[in-house]
Amino acid sequence: MRDSLQQVADWVSDDSRVLDLGCGEGELLAHLMGRGCTGYGLEIDKDCIVSALQKGVSVIEQNLDDGLSNFDDQSMDVVIMTQALQATRRPDLAFAEMLRVGREAIITFPNFAHISHRIQLGILGRMPVSKSLPYQWYDTPNIHLSTFYDFEQLCKQQNATILERKVVSQSKLGGQIVNLWPNLLGELALYRVRGSI
Amino acid sequence: MITTPIDHYFDQPLNLTRGGRLDGYTLRYETYGALNPQADNAILICHALSGDHHAAGRHSPEDKKPGWWDHYIGPGKAIDTDRFFVVSLNNLGGCSGSTGPTSINPQTQQQWGPDFPEVCVQDWVEVQARLADLLGIPVWAAVVGGSLGGMQALQWSIQFPQRIRHCVVIAAAPKLSTQNIAFNEIARQAIQRDPDFFDGRYQNHDRIPHSGLGLARMVGHVTYLSDEGLGSKFGRQRQAEDEDLFQIESYLRYQADQFTHRFDANTYILMTKALDWFDPAAQRPLDQVLAQSQCDFHIISFSSDWRFSPQRSVEIVNALIKASKKVSYTCVETDHGHDGFLLPNDHYEAALGAYLKGIEVSA
Repeated sequence: MRDSLQQVADWVSDDSRVLDLGCGEGELLAHLMGRGCTGYGLEIDKDCIVSALQKGVSVIEQNLDDGLSNFDDQSMDVVIMTQALQATRRPDLAFAEMLRVGREAIITFPNFAHISHRIQLGILGRMPVSKSLPYQWYDTPNIHLSTFYDFEQLCKQQNATILERKVVSQSKLGGQIVNLWPNLLGELALYRVRGSI
Repeated sequence: MITTPIDHYFDQPLNLTRGGRLDGYTLRYETYGALNPQADNAILICHALSGDHHAAGRHSPEDKKPGWWDHYIGPGKAIDTDRFFVVSLNNLGGCSGSTGPTSINPQTQQQWGPDFPEVCVQDWVEVQARLADLLGIPVWAAVVGGSLGGMQALQWSIQFPQRIRHCVVIAAAPKLSTQNIAFNEIARQAIQRDPDFFDGRYQNHDRIPHSGLGLARMVGHVTYLSDEGLGSKFGRQRQAEDEDLFQIESYLRYQADQFTHRFDANTYILMTKALDWFDPAAQRPLDQVLAQSQCDFHIISFSSDWRFSPQRSVEIVNALIKASKKVSYTCVETDHGHDGFLLPNDHYEAALGAYLKGIEVSA
């Protein structure tokens, strides 16, 4: 499993009820099922759905942009969204739904304010393309990019408490001093959050 | 795969849900693959309105067509007969070998015809459970069905929660919509208004309500297809021999004609009634009804199916989520409408196969 997924998994207690939004091939859920967790993965990519089924994951074809109205308030121990928030039509509504359904939410997303992005946009005047944002401006599924500051502002607006934050940097230099300037050097952020319900 | 249907007479009386009773009855069924010593690899296939026991293989090498679900049942196929012992039967009240309106009523020594007692999905499931007893299957690895067959699979999870490990509900609904019942009524009226119907006693008059039954089939058939599907297949093309005749007209007439030669009108009425009545959540919400189920569920719908639309499958999915059951769901992209569940499709095949592969069976 990717390091960042391992970190997400470490934040989930054994035997939890988990909802994984945009579960992809079901890697994370399959891993968590081995630790007694139950729950569902939502996905719309057909090939991913088949891969998840092959892993025995309870995958449900459902578009995150349609909300989570089929899940009751606080019916899940944890709702997870890895690298998908920026691809939703309304990240604020998606986030609110996560807080409503889950006692906790875990969110990971790429940091648009990373130094390499700032250089590409601010100095070179081009839309950033990087390891964490590998698409061109015209074909990217990432339609709502944000920075760590932006996300923390959203948490404040929605009365969500940030329980833990982890910032990941893939470069060697960044790896050592990333926590000094996370919004500048962090490529990916992982947040563990609780809503106010 | 060469298969041979088997007839078995059950002499245990059957009290039917809607009040009737049968002292005994015959079921015609086929099996594919082998039951393992632990008897934990059996899959039951439930057929839809006009289906029968002949789901896969051919009865002889000369047969033009294999069984109705041959694309999905067989060695190495999605329902893999190298792993599973697959059982498919003609439902009670059918007209393909099991006791039904065309059978002889032992009390009168005449065909039952319209006097055949009303049967419903619960009765079918009861009878299927007796077939399982006969075959030495304490628990089905899975019960699988499309359309009306999917309703039977769902009913299994409610009626015999201890006897089913996996429930695969394809192109189905928790109950028919008003529009669906309306289409069924049009079909029934077409049959009953045929002068050759004779209140269902057409056999006594040596007649068959061809035109009514054919019309019923036409209505049904059009609703099982989609506008796009029909359009891409036939468009506005005419018949070569008659340029005033649209190909779709000729096609429907052909379908109707074929159907009236293989299907019984009283059976058609009985089957559509069973469809209309199915409503396991009539008394309380579906999620509460399904709370007693103990199996895992796999639900599949078809994008252009407007008779049993994806939204109806999602109703089942959402009830299962509410009941905290293990459920997976996918919607197959197709322009074949409701009939999509019978036809080859890569994603359908992959999703069904992947799910069934995950079912544990003893070696």
